[in-house]
Amino acid sequence: MPPIDIAARVIANVRLSSDYSVLSLAAPEVGARTLPGQFVMVKPEGVTDPLLRRPFSVFEVLRNAQGAIIGISILNKRAGRSTRRLYDLAVGDVVSCLGPLGQPFKPVDSPTKAWMVAGGVGLAPFATLAESLAAGKTATTLFYGARTGEELFYLDFFERLGVTLVVTTENGARGTKGRVTIPLEVELKALGSGDRAMVYACGPEPMLAAVATLAARYHQPSQVSVERVMGCGLGGCYSCVVAVKHGGENANLVRSCLSGPVFDGAELVWD
Amino acid sequence: MAAPDLSVSIGSLTLPNPLIAASGCFGYGLEYEDVVDLSLLGGVVSKGLFMKERQGHPPPRIVETPAGMINAIGLQGIGVHRFVKEKLPLLRKRGARTFVNVCGTTLDEYVEVCRVLSDAEGVAAIELNISCPNIKEGGIQFGCSLHGTFDVVSAVRKATTLPVIPKLTPNVTDVASFAKAAEDAGADAVSLVNTFLAMAIDVETRRPKISNVLGGLSGPAIRPIAVRMVWECYQLVKIPVIGMGGITDARDALEFMLAGSTAVQIGTQNFVDPFVWTKVLDGLKDYMTRHHVARLSDLIGAFDPTPPEASHA
Repeated sequence: MPPIDIAARVIANVRLSSDYSVLSLAAPEVGARTLPGQFVMVKPEGVTDPLLRRPFSVFEVLRNAQGAIIGISILNKRAGRSTRRLYDLAVGDVVSCLGPLGQPFKPVDSPTKAWMVAGGVGLAPFATLAESLAAGKTATTLFYGARTGEELFYLDFFERLGVTLVVTTENGARGTKGRVTIPLEVELKALGSGDRAMVYACGPEPMLAAVATLAARYHQPSQVSVERVMGCGLGGCYSCVVAVKHGGENANLVRSCLSGPVFDGAELVWD
Repeated sequence: MAAPDLSVSIGSLTLPNPLIAASGCFGYGLEYEDVVDLSLLGGVVSKGLFMKERQGHPPPRIVETPAGMINAIGLQGIGVHRFVKEKLPLLRKRGARTFVNVCGTTLDEYVEVCRVLSDAEGVAAIELNISCPNIKEGGIQFGCSLHGTFDVVSAVRKATTLPVIPKLTPNVTDVASFAKAAEDAGADAVSLVNTFLAMAIDVETRRPKISNVLGGLSGPAIRPIAVRMVWECYQLVKIPVIGMGGITDARDALEFMLAGSTAVQIGTQNFVDPFVWTKVLDGLKDYMTRHHVARLSDLIGAFDPTPPEASHA
């Protein structure tokens, strides 16, 4: 389905912490087309500085009490000027929202297990993926790493879906202390010879590299959602390239907006 | 009242309207076929093409700056042969008027790429890229020297009957003299401006914000300088000037036309709003109605240099 651009009203902007917010946008047509792992390009309307939109994974597809789709939300973390603006938006403000864009996650069915590995704001694509996996009755685990216990969000949302939670924090305040790859490796090691787990990952690039490498080491497939500086989201600017193994000579840099953001973890070149 | 006439002519080429997608900002055009009817545009300029495929620079390749962006993509591209085989037939099918942006590391390569394109079907014109600031061997050595500009345009002129449109760099002292050199060498038009050489530093790390250190600045930030340069060229040469630099809406496009642009290219705004094309077309028609302009081409160079009223300044 072709992407559409909506001048979307802010329905809610819930501050989860001093850095994170969930920005809900009245973009039902985008929500209705979105598959787990796809993204939108957003920016506040009528602003030329910052000039470009920013890419965000669709966090939730929002529904009203009757179950009709009323929009989408994005998980925003204040990092620069643009994300600060989005964090400060009020209900009623208008945001340009183009999407859905990019390649979604490929779902898996039972008996293959689904393991989602999230680092910080990399939680974003897993709410919709967990919903779709729960609908298919796939056994799903979320390995979720954050800096502190206060930055672990939406745990009850995943619990309600029946997702097994494994959390880690850098300061050890909740769950295992340290990186999210520590419990992931424990579980990978514990898999039986006939067991199969699809490892989905989203987070900082070193984490993605570590997860893809671990999955390969234990002979399990992986899908990673990358984040690159992106200009347009439609393949026009060639800014968001990543290196792949089989692109051919002089052609191994591919656009993550078109070929991704979700890639086979074994297909990417990690440096 | 008759329908407004938005058509413009560049040499032997007539375009239904003056809006052209700028090179490097629209992929090969086909990336956008889901969001815009390519036949609605006056033209589409391809990404820059060499004889061979090119990898481009490592990311990060862009950084945002006030009302603009700096890019150093490094002319990643599929090469002219793959373009002719894989993209051109589809562009023809979509009704696009395809301008091909031609690059070269040597004069011979420019000529060779143009020969390949002359033999292909469906090329409307050649835009000679002698102005990419981002690669050392990418033609800027031609674009920064009057002799180099004259020589490469002359050589290509002899090799093709297609309209030849050198794209000029603003990174020279007097861009109009380069337009004149191109005209003297037989160019059918000139297009300007390419991006302004620029850089941005991350003060926290003290390192560059893009991998190539230097890049080209585009977007609304450069528009007033680009308008001035178009005006300078328009006064010096007789061939059409195709203006660009930070156009975001019909008002901006009209500013370039009044300064002397026969057609205009939209680049960076396409990233911000891929639906910009119909908005600008509608805006042009609205302006023509309000100002009783039957033919848009009557506005080319119709700038009135009478100083504004003090109260309107």
